Amino acid sequence: MTTLSPPSVAGRPAAPPPKASRSRRSWVGWGFLAPFMIVFVVVFLAPIAYSIYLSLFREQMVGGTSFVGLENYQRAFEDPKFWEALGRVTLFLLIQVPIMLGIALLVALAIDSGRLYGKNFFRIAIFMPYAVPAVVATLMWGFIYGNRFGLVGNINDTFGISLPNPLSPDLVLASIGNIVTWEFVGYNMLIFYAALRVIPHSLYEAAEIDGAGQLRVITAIKLPAIRGALVIATIFSIIGSFQLFNEPSILQNLAPNAITTYFTPNLFTYSLSFSGQQHNYAATVAILMGLLTMVIAYVVQLRGMRKEA
Amino acid sequence: MAATTTTTRRSANGRPAPRLRSRGRRRPNSVSRPRRSTLLTVLTGLVLVYSLVPLVWLAINATKTQAGLFDSFGLWFDGDFALWGNISDTLTYDDGVFVRWLLNTLLYVVVGAGGATFLAVLGGYALAKFQFPGKRAVFAVVIGAVAVPGTALAVPTFLMFSEMGLTNTPWAVIIPSLISPFGLYLMWVFAADAIPVELLEAARIDGASELRTFFRVSLPMLAPGIVTVLLFTMVATWNNYFLPLIMIKDPDWYPLTLGLNAWNAQASTAGGEAIFHLVITGSLLTILPLVVAFLLLQRYWQSGLAAGSVKE
Repeated sequence: MTTLSPPSVAGRPAAPPPKASRSRRSWVGWGFLAPFMIVFVVVFLAPIAYSIYLSLFREQMVGGTSFVGLENYQRAFEDPKFWEALGRVTLFLLIQVPIMLGIALLVALAIDSGRLYGKNFFRIAIFMPYAVPAVVATLMWGFIYGNRFGLVGNINDTFGISLPNPLSPDLVLASIGNIVTWEFVGYNMLIFYAALRVIPHSLYEAAEIDGAGQLRVITAIKLPAIRGALVIATIFSIIGSFQLFNEPSILQNLAPNAITTYFTPNLFTYSLSFSGQQHNYAATVAILMGLLTMVIAYVVQLRGMRKEA
Repeated sequence: MAATTTTTRRSANGRPAPRLRSRGRRRPNSVSRPRRSTLLTVLTGLVLVYSLVPLVWLAINATKTQAGLFDSFGLWFDGDFALWGNISDTLTYDDGVFVRWLLNTLLYVVVGAGGATFLAVLGGYALAKFQFPGKRAVFAVVIGAVAVPGTALAVPTFLMFSEMGLTNTPWAVIIPSLISPFGLYLMWVFAADAIPVELLEAARIDGASELRTFFRVSLPMLAPGIVTVLLFTMVATWNNYFLPLIMIKDPDWYPLTLGLNAWNAQASTAGGEAIFHLVITGSLLTILPLVVAFLLLQRYWQSGLAAGSVKE
């Protein structure tokens, strides 16, 4: 099974159409695809090419633009800010992604088991945060974290304790992890749930006759069957972690001391480019992140799709 | 995790499988009649509470005045119910700029998400139902591009658009929104299943043109998939923050997300008036349309997601 080609393409190719119509048909196919591809070239391929071009040059006040080869890349590799930002999102994804996907998987299994009261309500309500814009989610949680009129402040006042401040430099990354988890747990749950729904019932009946317990059914039937969905969700979550921008950027207003201009790689490129006017260096950091993301997504897919012995 | 499927009809200890017992006895794994479990419901309920508490907090605090926010408990109502006043304040503050932002957002969503859906439907249909040279390469390139971080594209796109004089106009937000790789993939999978090849062949034999076949035969069959893609592109454009943040400097062209953030930032600027009650009420007004759309169209996105879920 591959994630990239539906059965009609991968499995059994349709009988080849007669030669005369094949050439005509190929033009028709391109005709339908052309509008998408034209815009895709404009907003994806051209900027990527331009980014690579930018990363090989340097603009100076004196002397204009000059070709510097890989000098920008060398600068990035020696830049502690770049490594700090990269380390931070790596830590984030190592902790946040497993927690989020774990909760999503457990809820999906619980809903799929048919043993919940009111499962439709659960499914829709837990998915709801996905419809909330990142800006609103971050403002909301940011207010709740606040100790002036947030829930954290309320709890402190009510019980006369002082909880650690979620917006302090030590805790702000975990607080962001909580916001991201809240936003996407339901979305991932729904992807897993949809994959669980298409498992043939006959497998369960066979397991029941074999006397397999619930746990055995989950480990032997359900998890292998939704492996593809698990891999895709993992890849998307990793890509999302590397691209972390919205939540820390919006929290900056509420926690100005905790979130630096190079808190994540994306914040770093943003501040380089739009506050520092260092477009060439910003493009370099962006390309490095893009390459890294692609490599990791590819590795996860290879590992995830490997048939385990 | 062993990937063995239990297809051998023997019980674990080698004896023939026991006959099914009469009803009433506990059968741990009955798929046909699962027993409801209170414990499992309570445990899943914890995740439910987690998902809903912030939304409840938002709804409750939208009923409070700026002063009430600071001196009442967060998860309970304040003495005076100020929701209607807050809503009218939100809509009229700063000469009704919120309404302007709402209309901008609608423009970006209708043109951006509508266009994205249309392109994804055409492209997905082509990938699912036609053979043409370069097909595999197309998809490899599109998927590869998804892994490129938004910021990697944002800086060069911004520079390109400013050369063309597009920055600070709606086009700068709409054009990049037109591409939804996920939508393309979803439509491809959906069209592959939903449209029988025989039907297309029949239409061709009847002499219908490809376009006519697409609009009269294929499009109606794709409806559930189209609604799903439309919902997801709508959410993406409605919630978009990074792209407009870069492209748009003029508050008159802000979408709601940028506007709310600007209102929130106002409190920390020198001489700025703190309007947290308006930020909270505005946030509530911002999420309501999407929540309603999701509730009304749930039949579609659930079936669409099921079709898009990865199959063997």
